[in-house]
Amino acid sequence: MLVLSRKKNESILIGSDIEVKILAIEGDQIKLGVAAPSDIEIYRKELYEDILKENNQAATISIDVLELLQKSNENKQTDSLED
Amino acid sequence: MQIKTKYLGDLSIHEDRVIQFPDGLPGFPNHKQFILLELPGNPVFNILQSIQEKDLAFIVTSPYHFYSSYAFDLSQSIIDRLQIETESDVDVLSIVTIAEPFSKSTINLKAPLIFNIRKKYGKQYILNDVDYPIKAPMTSSQKVKGE
Repeated sequence: MLVLSRKKNESILIGSDIEVKILAIEGDQIKLGVAAPSDIEIYRKELYEDILKENNQAATISIDVLELLQKSNENKQTDSLED
Repeated sequence: MQIKTKYLGDLSIHEDRVIQFPDGLPGFPNHKQFILLELPGNPVFNILQSIQEKDLAFIVTSPYHFYSSYAFDLSQSIIDRLQIETESDVDVLSIVTIAEPFSKSTINLKAPLIFNIRKKYGKQYILNDVDYPIKAPMTSSQKVKGE
């Protein structure tokens, strides 16, 4: 990994059109500003990883989903008849 | 065209129903073509089936069915990416993580699927700035009134 030291209000460029700027340093937290073309997606890494994990979990269900959903629909219809 | 599906066996589908996901999905970047299929026996849910891979299919649903006040803005970036021109181009679905018992299933409100239904484009849109849960409950008490 490339390591660069930067001070407040200094930037780095990634390629010619992505700029990452140090906006503020407060204790163990820094504020970054990112200027990039609109087709570049920018996420907090842990959020992206959580979404990825959730997608994997949603895609790899081993239970009989069809039966479960049909059953849940039947239950719901029974519920609404009782209402 | 003929496709193999995870839940419904082999199907013959019309090519104009295929939805392009130019960026794939987080975790599945190489899957760029999907189709929405009806789920037999339960009209609330649909199946988002990969065209390329039989075993990749998500159960999806309208988030508004469970959370009627769910709302967020689309960034210019996703509007451009999906070539959205008017509000009526847009449909929103959420991926469901099915669990057993069914009442433990959750719906992903943090990263909805955005579709341009006219141009048949789709993308999972991660909401950076809106605080919705990745695992929102789907219990019946939260369903929209009048159901």
